[in-house]
Amino acid sequence: MNTLRQFSVLPGFGLSLGYTLVYLSLIVLVPISAIFIFTSQLSLSEYWQVVTSPRVMASYQLSFGTSFLAAAINAVFGVLLAWCLVRYSFPGKRIVDALIDLPFALPTAVAGIALTALYAQNGWLGQIIEGYFGIKVAFTPIGILIALVFIGLPFVVRTVQPVLEEIDTELEEAASSLGASRWQACHYVVLPVLLPAIMTGFALAFARAVGEYGSVIFIAGNIPMVSEITPLMIISKLEQYDYTGATAIASVMLIVSFILLLLINLLQSWTAKQTGRNA
Amino acid sequence: MSINVNNIHKQFGEFTALNDISLDFPSGELVALLGPSGCGKTTLLRIIAGLEQADHGDIILDGENASNTHVRDRQVGFVFQHYALFKHMTIFDNVAFGLRMKPKAQRPSESKIREKVLSLLHLVQLDWLADRFPAQLSGGQRQRIALARALAVEPRVLLLDEPFGALDAKVRKELRRWLRKLHDELHITSIFVTHDQEEALEVADRVVLMDHGKVEQVGTPEAVYNHPQTPFVYSFLGSVNVFHGRAEQEHLQVGNEQLRHHNEPYGYAEDVFAFARPHELKIVDNNHHEGVSARISRVLSFGIETKVELDGLNESSGQHYEVHLSQQQRKTQPLHIGQMVKLVPSALALFPRELETSAQAQRLSEQQG
Repeated sequence: MNTLRQFSVLPGFGLSLGYTLVYLSLIVLVPISAIFIFTSQLSLSEYWQVVTSPRVMASYQLSFGTSFLAAAINAVFGVLLAWCLVRYSFPGKRIVDALIDLPFALPTAVAGIALTALYAQNGWLGQIIEGYFGIKVAFTPIGILIALVFIGLPFVVRTVQPVLEEIDTELEEAASSLGASRWQACHYVVLPVLLPAIMTGFALAFARAVGEYGSVIFIAGNIPMVSEITPLMIISKLEQYDYTGATAIASVMLIVSFILLLLINLLQSWTAKQTGRNA
Repeated sequence: MSINVNNIHKQFGEFTALNDISLDFPSGELVALLGPSGCGKTTLLRIIAGLEQADHGDIILDGENASNTHVRDRQVGFVFQHYALFKHMTIFDNVAFGLRMKPKAQRPSESKIREKVLSLLHLVQLDWLADRFPAQLSGGQRQRIALARALAVEPRVLLLDEPFGALDAKVRKELRRWLRKLHDELHITSIFVTHDQEEALEVADRVVLMDHGKVEQVGTPEAVYNHPQTPFVYSFLGSVNVFHGRAEQEHLQVGNEQLRHHNEPYGYAEDVFAFARPHELKIVDNNHHEGVSARISRVLSFGIETKVELDGLNESSGQHYEVHLSQQQRKTQPLHIGQMVKLVPSALALFPRELETSAQAQRLSEQQG
């Protein structure tokens, strides 16, 4: 506790820490603990039964699996997008820049309906994809993946963009004057600096995707054991007035998400140490 | 290795950065590219390195045309003003970078790399910093590491872009002495860019003076300082006083005052710029028969010399002059602020005032003022 009392030129430590704790409690901790308190009405065996029923188990796999994959896809293509926006100037750049935030602004249900119309068997893209490749998109996990990629895109772009802007092109020039190829310069000089931002963007996109409901629900088709996402399981429990069942599933989602985000954070601070940023 | 620059031209939109430049850099010399900011010196250096492409003209490295060779194949070491060290790597990894990036067939073994990096760190006298990260080093140390990193790949040429520009005055002075020593040991052809005339004159074997995308003069530090060939060089190197006047016979007419110009008599009258170094001016009584009137505005008498700053009067009002007196002279001559005096040059360098140079020298005399 000594460190808390140390002299600092930045005033207001007590006030701001107090404010942070109160605010965080009111906005985040109280509602979340309500979930656990509500869940505790169930006995342990009842709880276990609810959260491990086959349909729910299938939904975990689907939700976390597609969210992870969608966040990974966004991590790759979000970096490419950010790269284009930072490094090149082209006509209409401002418009492209603004378009990236659109998935944020659009009501998720609208996005869901639009994507469903597009990828359904008789939709513009759905027709082509099913006709030529024989792949069904709408009402399958692939459809869910597309919706999650859509809503997660801005997270990676917006976290990587400012960091990329900060990287001096001199670093790459230095690398190539030392004989590094373009690929080597990107791999050894640019990527390590970008990695923490990419991981943050990945974590945000992942967290958002896990909790996403509106845009997924239309394109998913909600076939039991195939394309039911976990938030849907919660809603359907609610519709049956099974509140404790809903919060039970919610508590599992919360715990898993929290563990995954914590892991990503740990990984991030580990890479930071590896590259001397905390030293 | 020698470097030849042939008719290099570079345009940025409307702005001509380099206007048909041709220069030869003989093997083993340390050459300074000196000029005010925006004169094109950094652009020229970057074109030599291959970091920038000229609109036309050729870069010949060691007799071979390298104009279309990529920077990674030119074997030039480049040192940036802001070091450009890789922040996420240790000092050791930074210096080893160039060696590790070599294609597998040419890459030395890890133990050879280790040996080489340690010897380079020893050369720049920073072997004890191998495991640190760049953020933990001072500016001067970072720049020495940047130099070691550039030397690791055994470049044929070393190019330094304002290498000491971001350092404070004391470190700067230390480092430039150190760079000179290093060059004397390695004898690698080196070009460094600077806007600091003292730095250029002290360190370089030869100085290339540039202004507005053109080479103004090339020569040894002694030659360019003692025998400036253009008004630009005269005013850029060291402090200088300018008189705008008309030369006729043995006299220079400045407004309605007259001076002797100590040059060959002019057979015809011509508008000229007349330059005099601060020690080439004498302060005389206000009622002296010749000289340019001025008023003393400041007397700085620390150091070996006394510096007297004066404001021009009459025709030359708005103009500033600087005169250096030895302490001896200072003792025999009472000077006080606000005193009206006349300035008499013991030597003047005259340059005809053509239209083009006029604008240039005007700008420079403003800078000097």
